[in-house]
Amino acid sequence: MNETATETDALWPRRVLLSWLQDVGEIFILLGDVVREIPAGARKVNLLVAQMSHIGIGSMPLTVIVALFTGAVAAVQASYQFRDYVPMIYLGTVIGKSVVIELGPVLTALVVGGRVGASIAAELGTMRVTEQIDAMETMGISPVRFLVVPRVLAALIMLPVLTIFADVVAILGGYLVSTLTLDVTSHTFVSGLKLYFKSQDVFSGLIKAFSFGGIIAMMGCYYGLRSEGGAEGVGLATTRAVVASCLMILIVDYLLASFLFRVLFA
Amino acid sequence: MPEVAIQFQGVSKRLGRKEVLRGVDLDVARGESLAIIGRSGTGKSVLLKHVVGLMRPDQGTVRVNGVDVASLEETELLSLREEMGMLFQGGALFDSMTVGENVGLALHEHTPLPEKQIEIVVAEKLALVGLSGSEGLRPSSLSGGMKKRAALARALALNPKIMLYDEPTTGLDPITSDVINRLIRRLQDRLKITSIAVTHDMRSAYHIADRIAMLHEGRIHAMGTPEEIQATRDPIVRQFIEGSSEGPLLPT
Repeated sequence: MNETATETDALWPRRVLLSWLQDVGEIFILLGDVVREIPAGARKVNLLVAQMSHIGIGSMPLTVIVALFTGAVAAVQASYQFRDYVPMIYLGTVIGKSVVIELGPVLTALVVGGRVGASIAAELGTMRVTEQIDAMETMGISPVRFLVVPRVLAALIMLPVLTIFADVVAILGGYLVSTLTLDVTSHTFVSGLKLYFKSQDVFSGLIKAFSFGGIIAMMGCYYGLRSEGGAEGVGLATTRAVVASCLMILIVDYLLASFLFRVLFA
Repeated sequence: MPEVAIQFQGVSKRLGRKEVLRGVDLDVARGESLAIIGRSGTGKSVLLKHVVGLMRPDQGTVRVNGVDVASLEETELLSLREEMGMLFQGGALFDSMTVGENVGLALHEHTPLPEKQIEIVVAEKLALVGLSGSEGLRPSSLSGGMKKRAALARALALNPKIMLYDEPTTGLDPITSDVINRLIRRLQDRLKITSIAVTHDMRSAYHIADRIAMLHEGRIHAMGTPEEIQATRDPIVRQFIEGSSEGPLLPT
């Protein structure tokens, strides 16, 4: 191995760190632009409604299927772990709590992040490489106001809505499996569900969903707007948007859980 | 001396490792039509993007109506851009919108005109480029020439004082190219717009320009009227305008 190659290898972690820091900085700059443009962007009701339909109604079938099976699996696995140790009345409790606090918002966000994050990055990326974004700027129209704000607002609104649907369907899935296959009566399951129910659990889940909505749209828009090259650049932007969304969702999930359950509701 | 509308002073720009522009000095008079010719990849489009502030020079200044474009805040830049129109190489029509919506977008965003009035202006602009009745069509259903004409109608929507054309005839058949060239010339004669057209199509440059500038190795290598350029003895310009592979310019 020659000297230059060794030097390049030694600089590799520094380059990755710098590129990562640059991404973080630029995402915050974009976030600042979005916040500044929200009053004007929110007035574009037709664009907002179109995005709400795409993100919300378009993601509903996938969300419902994922939620149904999540609830079903939660019931099967919880009953397996409870057997001989924990009374089955707690089956409804644990399914309800885990779905509302964690599984509903996080799995919905991961599924929607894959679907919507990729679609936003691909759409804006294609617009970037075909000079449509440049054309918009040349026409004196802010791409942040026209393209990013409606997507971010729609995701912020629709993720909590999708999460509410996911919560209901997942609990229903858990209920069906428990009552039909696990010898748990309907009364036992519902009593357990109500036992330690706290409205702050639902609130926490919705706070998470709201934050995840922002992350998904921001990552899709950021990587889409900075794509370059051609089809390969758009593909790369799409992959990066989905990977970054998923990672950010899990990291922010931990941070929010720590804040909500160790500080706010402690 | 005619008033200068667009002025490049010592403009240098590096893209990645390549120094694309190396100190460009160029004045465009108000109402003048300038064609910038040069080989592919010499930075002609980069030069145009500096005028609308899509790129900022590493060194030097670009002034539009006496104002340094790079010094403008985002909102000031957006209002300056309302006075300019740009025709992009591939048209860059918004493919999620119809042709009518593309042309009407800037009117919706920047004027208080009611919907009915906007429809009238859109129809007028489309008629100007020979695309009457195409309001409801999607860009994906248009031919290359129609896309360019629709994009031209969109660029003209706000009656710009400055028009920038990026390769207006590239990829078009000779007859459609002639239609576009005549259209640009007609707009020029009728509306007295200051314009810069970037092209490597010499037929187009002779047709639409009052003056032709050749960009070579990051600088303006030659400048003159179409007649002067045609009569030049400069070997680089001669080889380029004759489209010969023999001469000082090597194949890339």
